[in-house]
Amino acid sequence: MTIARRFGAPLAAWCVALVWSASALPTNSLGAEQGPVDAYGQLKNPVLEARFEHITKDLRCLVCQNESIADSNVELAGDLRRQVREMLVAGKSDDAIFAFMTDRYGDFVRFNPALSAKTWLIWGSPFIALMLGVIIIVRIVRTRSRMPLDDDPAAESHPAP
Amino acid sequence: MWKFLLPFAAFVALAAVFALGLNPKRDIHALPSPLIGKPAPAIALTDVMDPAKAVNNAAFKGQVYIVNVWGTWCEACREEQDALLAISQQHVVPIIGLVYMDQRDKAKQWLEQLGNPYTAVAFDADGRTAINWGVYGAPETFLVDGKGRVIFKFISPITAEVWQQEFLPRIAAARAGA
Repeated sequence: MTIARRFGAPLAAWCVALVWSASALPTNSLGAEQGPVDAYGQLKNPVLEARFEHITKDLRCLVCQNESIADSNVELAGDLRRQVREMLVAGKSDDAIFAFMTDRYGDFVRFNPALSAKTWLIWGSPFIALMLGVIIIVRIVRTRSRMPLDDDPAAESHPAP
Repeated sequence: MWKFLLPFAAFVALAAVFALGLNPKRDIHALPSPLIGKPAPAIALTDVMDPAKAVNNAAFKGQVYIVNVWGTWCEACREEQDALLAISQQHVVPIIGLVYMDQRDKAKQWLEQLGNPYTAVAFDADGRTAINWGVYGAPETFLVDGKGRVIFKFISPITAEVWQQEFLPRIAAARAGA
């Protein structure tokens, strides 16, 4: 049933579009369909469609947590894509759409969460690790520079007992 | 001294992280809800049993109540059903059901066959109410206080034990605070 709901409608629309475009090809009178979405479920406005792709790629599907809602076939992802599409058509900004999602699902819903008191560690940890590495290397280099060299003639003048 | 203490501390820290990760009681899919402390989103839907009847959580304002999200497709909800029936017999708080990603007929049949623990059961046909509640699976259960704020979210089936330990103390505290 879910399969039919997920693929049935687009498939049917695709077949209809194919037949229709073939018959109407010479006159090129593919009349504009009503509404902001075309037969493929994409937004007709290419700017909005590009924003749609950008936004849905950054939203995590919470059911299958390593997929974005752009990639996921889960029903919730479909519902959230519809929500994003509707908000874009309503003229909402990217920030407003992301805020809508994080207000409901938390920062985890974004693959690139906004920098905040709760998320600074995620963004800061690579730099903290880098700093730690630098400190460790500096310490090692300093200690070694104080050690005598292997081919130090001064060391050779004291043969091992 | 530091030479030994530092690696040892690192080892202890790592072991603690692994112990946390391996804890069998930890549900890796359970996420904290950003709704906690915020006003409960509106439920303005129709009743599963009777499409002509409205279910509105505004009618429960001033009371501590529970919103339980479920669906007939959800196996864990079947597990939870017996516990919910027992809980409803205690008449502690109203339980609003929210049927999610489901068909009305199936949900109706489920309640008729297994029993209905709900004070009212709302049917969310398009999933919009569930999105407003930040629902990403079922069962999910929310506790709303007398001021209409969400104070707790529980992800997983409710059991008698969970009810005793997680819900009853919070319900008592919410009533004492109201």
